[in-house]
Amino acid sequence: MTPLADLLDLDRAATTHVPWPRVLVDADTWLDVAALLGEGGWTLLSLWADAARVHMAIADDAVPPAVAVVSLDAEDGGYPSVGRYHPAAIRLERALRDLSGLQPEGLPDPRPWLDHGTWGVSAPLGASQGEPAAGTENAPESYAFLRVDGENLHEIPVGPVHAGVIEPGHFRFTVDGETVVRLEERLGYTHKGLESLLAGSTLDHAGRLAGRASGDSTVAYALAFARAAEAACAITPPPRAIWLRALMAELERMANHLGDMGAVCNDAAFSIMHAHCGVLRERVLRAAAACFGHRLMMDRIVPGGVAVDIDAAGLDALHALLREIGRHLPQLAEIYDQTASLQDRTVSTGLVRPELVRRFGCGGHVGRASGRDFDTRRDLPYPPYDQLRFTVAVQTEGDVNARVWVRIREIDQSVGLINQILPLLPTGAIRTPVDAAAGAGREGMALVESFRGDVLAWLRLDAAGTVARCHLRDPSWFQWPLLEAAIEGNIVADFPLCNKSFNCSYSGADL
Amino acid sequence: MRNLLLDGLLRRPVTDRAPKLDDAELTALAARIDVAARRRLGHSLAIREVDAGSCNGCELEINALQNAVYDLERFGLRFVASPRHADVLLVTGPVAKNMRTALERTYEATPAPKWVVAAGDCAVSGGLFAGSYACVGPVSAVVPVSLAIPGCPPTPHELLKGLLTLLGS
Repeated sequence: MTPLADLLDLDRAATTHVPWPRVLVDADTWLDVAALLGEGGWTLLSLWADAARVHMAIADDAVPPAVAVVSLDAEDGGYPSVGRYHPAAIRLERALRDLSGLQPEGLPDPRPWLDHGTWGVSAPLGASQGEPAAGTENAPESYAFLRVDGENLHEIPVGPVHAGVIEPGHFRFTVDGETVVRLEERLGYTHKGLESLLAGSTLDHAGRLAGRASGDSTVAYALAFARAAEAACAITPPPRAIWLRALMAELERMANHLGDMGAVCNDAAFSIMHAHCGVLRERVLRAAAACFGHRLMMDRIVPGGVAVDIDAAGLDALHALLREIGRHLPQLAEIYDQTASLQDRTVSTGLVRPELVRRFGCGGHVGRASGRDFDTRRDLPYPPYDQLRFTVAVQTEGDVNARVWVRIREIDQSVGLINQILPLLPTGAIRTPVDAAAGAGREGMALVESFRGDVLAWLRLDAAGTVARCHLRDPSWFQWPLLEAAIEGNIVADFPLCNKSFNCSYSGADL
Repeated sequence: MRNLLLDGLLRRPVTDRAPKLDDAELTALAARIDVAARRRLGHSLAIREVDAGSCNGCELEINALQNAVYDLERFGLRFVASPRHADVLLVTGPVAKNMRTALERTYEATPAPKWVVAAGDCAVSGGLFAGSYACVGPVSAVVPVSLAIPGCPPTPHELLKGLLTLLGS
């Protein structure tokens, strides 16, 4: 496959874009990139619009991968669609069109995505905001779900309000008896106009907003945003802050994986695992509160460093936590592995083919359970992970069971990482003042490994050093479409299992 | 498995003690809630949670109420799958405009007497999302709210205190 540098004239890259190059291209090169993405090998990292300019972040298949942003100026309010060649781009382009008003020409799916016709405005992020679309053409009731033809089929509509304590979204199942023939997702219900609020914010305020893109990944988002802002402003946080950030990120990963591990078992009616995992998750959150003063560690990572330091009591709480998890995790993993009724539900359920995760550049446990050996902590490393030892948990089976095992192994790795971090914690300051004016007119980008996969943050600062445009891409963008593939041919009763084994973020992808 | 079960029998329960209700504001609110209605409900509340566009932080802490440490059900509080079975709607989020109709319909589907609890800063005031083109703002702008539990997100302890006040225990 073509290395990135062969197609793009990287010498012409904008010098104000850090740390990866950004290249302004013409429509022909744009289409060449789209075609190469479609052929596989290269991975789409994100696609977004900034006023009348369209950006696409991509990585090639070299080891380590080369990353670049390719930009194209839209002409007459349109640009050539990438989704036409590369399906992973379709939902991103539907969202891009709803938010910016730019038309991806040739986009195979012209239906709205985030715009449900309720905002009272169209193209809220566009160069010129428009009147809302006339009538109810964007309303959920008039959304044209893809037709499924055949005998004995019926539809089951689910949501947006679900039966459990989970986020809202609509699932349209077409089933033949018990078997799911097709699932189509309709999301966007939790769209809060996040990127619009980010524009015009100071770096500190924008950091708090970014930390609420998806609450379960608040540490990862705050870290991604802070790293992008620090790249633009050309500052490095103090060493102690860098190590504390990794500590928080691993605590967040453990808490979420423990919660999901129990929840998957609960959806197979095996509640004792849920109970024990729930207690362990609670222990992690209490340790986080003892260390950093907030159970989810919201607003603890800030541009320039971290907001709070850990004290001796916090360190004691962490050591106790690691001992408890170290004692219980193998026990729980063994019960998971040895319980035939549980294995009967998770093994071979909800298969995702390796080819699909590769084409969609699907990260996190969903990608790694189907053989995609990628983790930004190792492959696009940021400190302090370049100084830590860990293995990336990869399975090849691609079923619910594999996704549970990736989680179990990642909890174990996180315990190991925290055990390495604690004795190496540097002393000194925890925050460097950020001179936002130093970043005036510059752009920064960061990729950070959340528990769910790689989170991308990109921002452009204006002349005053406030955020002119910030784009956040949740890993769920490339996982949600694969859930539709995973459930095909499974029974309806296995949907909760498949869904929980993915645990995609609604809020993170709805923005 | 046997060891795990045995352990559970021999060790002390992991469950926390019930929180003390000393918050003056909450007590005043409890006094306002109709005594007759409370008598009809007995000491039990069925809760339907509605995420009206939260970042899912509130959902994490609401889910934690059901773990063995907080053990919500010992107080007669439980989450139900349908608004038609609910006494209380526990609403989170700055009411994304895309969720407004769903929230209204859920409220209409809940039989009276019913209460709405707005949980989290977003639901109470719009939080950081106040003023967005895509959000209505506080839950009280859409359905009548009986109790507000602020916090970003409120801790399970704070949620529990609020709900117990509603129960008047």
